Amino acid sequence: MATNTETAETIRSLTGEYKYGFVTDIAAEQAPRGLNEDIVRFISAKKSEPAWLLEWRLKAFRAWRAMEAEEPTWANLRYPAIDYQNAYYYSAPKSDADRPKSLDEIDPELLATYEKLGIPLREQEALAGIAVDAVFDSISVATTYKEKLAEVGVIFCPMSEAVTKYPELVRKYLGSVVPYSDNFFATLNSAVFSDGSFVYIPEGVRCPMELSTYFRINAAQTGQFERTLIVAEKGSYVSYLEGCTAPMRDENQLHAAVVELVAMDDAEIKYSTVQNWYPGDENGKGGIFNFVTKRGACRGRNSKISWTQVETGSAITWKYPSCILQGDNSVGEFYSVATTTNLQQADTGTKMIHIGKNTRSTIISKGISAGRSQGTYRGLVKVLGGAENARNYTQCDSLLLGDKCGAHTIPYIESRNRTARVEHEATTSKISEDQLFYCSQRGLSQEDAISLIVNGFCKEVFKELPMEFAVEATKLMNVTLEGAVG
Amino acid sequence: MPSLLEIKDLHATVGGQEILRGLTLTVEAGEVHAVMGPNGSGKSTLAHVLAGRPGYAVTKGEVRLQGKDLLEMSTEARACEGVFLGLQYPVEIPGVSNMYFLKAALNAIRSHRGETELDAIEFLKIAREKAKLLEMNENLLQRAVNVGFSGGEKKRNEIFQMALLNPTLAVLDETDSGLDIDALRIVSDGINALRSETRAILLITHYQRLLEYIVPDRVHVLSEGRIVKTGGKELALELEKSGYADFEKKDAAAMTASA
Amino acid sequence: MNETMPLGREYMERYPEWREALPGNELPWLAERRADAFRRFAERGFPTRKVEAWKYTNLNPLTKKLFAPGAALAATPGALPADALDEKSVHRLLFINGRAAPGATLALPDGVRLMPLSEALETVPDLLAPLLAADAGPEEAGLLEMNTALMTEGAVLLLEPGVQLEKPVHFFFLTTEDAGEAAMHLRNLLVAGKGSEATVFEHYLGTGQTGHWTNVVTEIVLADDAHLHHYKLQNESKAAYHIAATTAKIGERAVYDNFAMSLGAALARNDIQARLDGRGIDCRLNGLHLARGHQHMDTTTVLDHQKPECRSSETYKSVVDDQAETVFQGKVLVRPDSQKTSAHQLNRSLLLSDEASANAKPELRIYADDVQCSHGATISELDEQALFYFRSRGIAADVARRLLTEAFLAEMVEEVKDPTVHAVLHQATTDWLGQTWPKGRRP
Repeated sequence: MATNTETAETIRSLTGEYKYGFVTDIAAEQAPRGLNEDIVRFISAKKSEPAWLLEWRLKAFRAWRAMEAEEPTWANLRYPAIDYQNAYYYSAPKSDADRPKSLDEIDPELLATYEKLGIPLREQEALAGIAVDAVFDSISVATTYKEKLAEVGVIFCPMSEAVTKYPELVRKYLGSVVPYSDNFFATLNSAVFSDGSFVYIPEGVRCPMELSTYFRINAAQTGQFERTLIVAEKGSYVSYLEGCTAPMRDENQLHAAVVELVAMDDAEIKYSTVQNWYPGDENGKGGIFNFVTKRGACRGRNSKISWTQVETGSAITWKYPSCILQGDNSVGEFYSVATTTNLQQADTGTKMIHIGKNTRSTIISKGISAGRSQGTYRGLVKVLGGAENARNYTQCDSLLLGDKCGAHTIPYIESRNRTARVEHEATTSKISEDQLFYCSQRGLSQEDAISLIVNGFCKEVFKELPMEFAVEATKLMNVTLEGAVG
Repeated sequence: MPSLLEIKDLHATVGGQEILRGLTLTVEAGEVHAVMGPNGSGKSTLAHVLAGRPGYAVTKGEVRLQGKDLLEMSTEARACEGVFLGLQYPVEIPGVSNMYFLKAALNAIRSHRGETELDAIEFLKIAREKAKLLEMNENLLQRAVNVGFSGGEKKRNEIFQMALLNPTLAVLDETDSGLDIDALRIVSDGINALRSETRAILLITHYQRLLEYIVPDRVHVLSEGRIVKTGGKELALELEKSGYADFEKKDAAAMTASA
Repeated sequence: MNETMPLGREYMERYPEWREALPGNELPWLAERRADAFRRFAERGFPTRKVEAWKYTNLNPLTKKLFAPGAALAATPGALPADALDEKSVHRLLFINGRAAPGATLALPDGVRLMPLSEALETVPDLLAPLLAADAGPEEAGLLEMNTALMTEGAVLLLEPGVQLEKPVHFFFLTTEDAGEAAMHLRNLLVAGKGSEATVFEHYLGTGQTGHWTNVVTEIVLADDAHLHHYKLQNESKAAYHIAATTAKIGERAVYDNFAMSLGAALARNDIQARLDGRGIDCRLNGLHLARGHQHMDTTTVLDHQKPECRSSETYKSVVDDQAETVFQGKVLVRPDSQKTSAHQLNRSLLLSDEASANAKPELRIYADDVQCSHGATISELDEQALFYFRSRGIAADVARRLLTEAFLAEMVEEVKDPTVHAVLHQATTDWLGQTWPKGRRP
């Protein structure tokens, strides 16, 4: 980490004078509360970003200021108004001195959850933020990993590193799928994004391993305004895993991430997410607000982008991973399991925009609501005039566990091409009595029967996850729904 | 030693309507009994009451399984005690493989009996043995429970489950309905292979045809919620010839006579 | 773009003058309701596409000029069109260009009142007071407030408990060339007493090419155990604007069977809101859009399951040709504790031409768990395989298309049980198909 004087000078050289006069606090771990242009400059300077990126951030910030009154309210979500000035937008990475030294210092209840989820010990340590030098295994693992990728020319590094090491690449694609002024939360992210992943797969390369955020040994607290960019050149393939089943806490309640995917001719990107951010207590207090913009551009012919997500956390979830099917014969897929319990609210779904010829999209959404929660699927399938022979198949199923929750399905289906075929089906019900009886007649307890049936309900989505994620996802469902059924 | 199954004066209602009106029946271990009757006589109700299905209310009477009070127990407890119901319309459970489902069930029952649970490999071994015994295709195990199964396949799956779970009392509710001759033979062979000294099988059926394949020790005629006649296997042939009408008439006459 | 377009100044200026000529002015409660409704609508104006319920339908044409109520329209019957229903087979109320036309109607049995709104306001105002609400939740339907403010005429049918009306009632709204660009604010009222049963045929027919605006609200109240078969045929002039709202409040075990066919108007919107306010209700909403040219047809329904044990089913089909556009928005709302609800909805759109378009938004808002709810929506063209099959058996392409389209429509019209109404609707679809595939048209 830079010294006090060095950073202060950097700031001054980049930005001139500071309006708010906290230059002397540059060494501070955090920027002061609030969001203004100086904070944006501060963030950029702390990361030693090139001028073009600062400019981009500033453009976004100004756009966000203009939008401030237009925070989207159309989603089926109720939450207290967010005071954007009452948050911290930058926190420096913790020094090792501040980290726990071993799992003994971690909340035993949290450890118990890790056990139930079957998370291996080493990973538990990483999740709990144990000081890196106490987990020396992780470093060596990361090193071998990096070597393998370097051999085939795959770039996988933190966004902050990519910005300085591969500026032309980042500059070319950043904001090309989600423009900085796209929507309220994406615009906010563009101004203050903290870090994220940058992945670049060169032409013809099939990425030799699944890329996971675990391996990005990045001690910074990056969850808040994560920015990820994945570019798959012609004929390449990559499978990327984001998140984990472990319940994740964050002092910062507001999360607004942006993920952009670009797939060229014959390329395929598989993006899997398991999200279990702190959902708040049983009264809904204190949970994470997760506003995410994820979009994939199938730019090339025969390109394919698949989104698979298992969402069990967050107090509020607002996310619509989407695919722009520009290239002829391109394919977009969305597989989702979203569970809400207690007082969680989720408004999630996808947008499939069919532009090129012979494009295909598949949407399988499984919603499970329990407690007093509300789960909403919101989707758009849009077939433009030139999208000859487009095909869409959508299946949305919702399961209600209990009579105090709600499950809602709000699809928008728009077709302007007669050769396209768009099919949408949705069902909502509770677990069938017949199924419950069948299971109990075969000796299963009610809890086990429900667990079995719910996992069966989610099977179509789970089988799209990379193997280890799928096993974890099943365990996560069991843990999440524990006691959710009265 | 108590009989394997003892039903005394059982009265039960469904949806507010009384269907079983004083049914009495005893089955000893090793026996196969057939319960026959016209539609509406209460055959399915009997099967579901024995299995403990919610929605069926017992208003009077007693049922004992090896001396234990069956009606006191929950559905899964009865299963763990050894009651198996082969359903007439087996339900589908999408996304759950037969293998997974049956391993969970078998382990629940084993655990109740104080036996160790089986892991996937041990279970697969047993499952394969039973599949072979019943001449069934192994890949049945990987398919989701009853999803996309033909009528015959569903019934065979019921019998396969019975073979795996090794029940003390098997109640088979119209197992022959919807089956063609070939499927009927295969299902019957399976059931016959499961006859044993320690097990009782209650075959609930409308048609006599099944009983040519699975020869019963006793045949009971169920009419309007009560057993009105009991006999040997010849009784089934009698019914075939004369239909149920006679029994209903006789029963009605008997009822007015005793009124 | 704002959420609404404020009511033009001209409307505000002319309203006091128009209000003078409205029926029922001597009734203080009505005058008050009209005033409130106008004030509210004036504040909000016409909804724009930013209002969720109007997402796919642009009301701009209605705001571009002033549509004045047609005060001086003649109500002389003249000769009725050839396809008008035989007045001996229906109980008819005839309106020409928005004015009640005198005319014989079949003798009514006891316990049935059938008369124009203007007459009802004079003779039985107390029966109307509980109706004519300026608001009819759960959401604002159509342009209801403006209608309340300016309603001039309409059909009123009041059935006493137990009445069984055998012959259908024909609400016949005819517009001729004289309609010009007038606005017709019509209010129909349909009240069915406990256990009563009737068939009502709501019929809009335009013989001219006028660009008038029909703004109609049909309020329905079904008491417990009532049965209503409500059919509608909208066949207005192809240049007209037809904005309709039907609000139905349905009591225990009642049956509401609604079928609406849309053929005419440049812009047609049919808002149907059914409130299932009792147990054991059976509510069926069905409809058909046959759109061509530059027509825009929008059916937006809200099925509100407020109590347990009700059944609802919806099937809406559209056939779209040329540059026309169809919209279906169907919201099914199952409130908390409305257990044992069964709600199923189906929407199918068939696109016949390269520039035809369809939009569907089937929506489920479910707050009770012991329910069976589903919806399905499909948009496509005629099935290639089916077409090929016909052609491989020697049937010409255009004949094959017509046959397949006919099959697509057939099941909708077959649902109409009343033979008189069925005949009219069936003829209407046959005519439309014949115009779409005249001999020698493109394959």
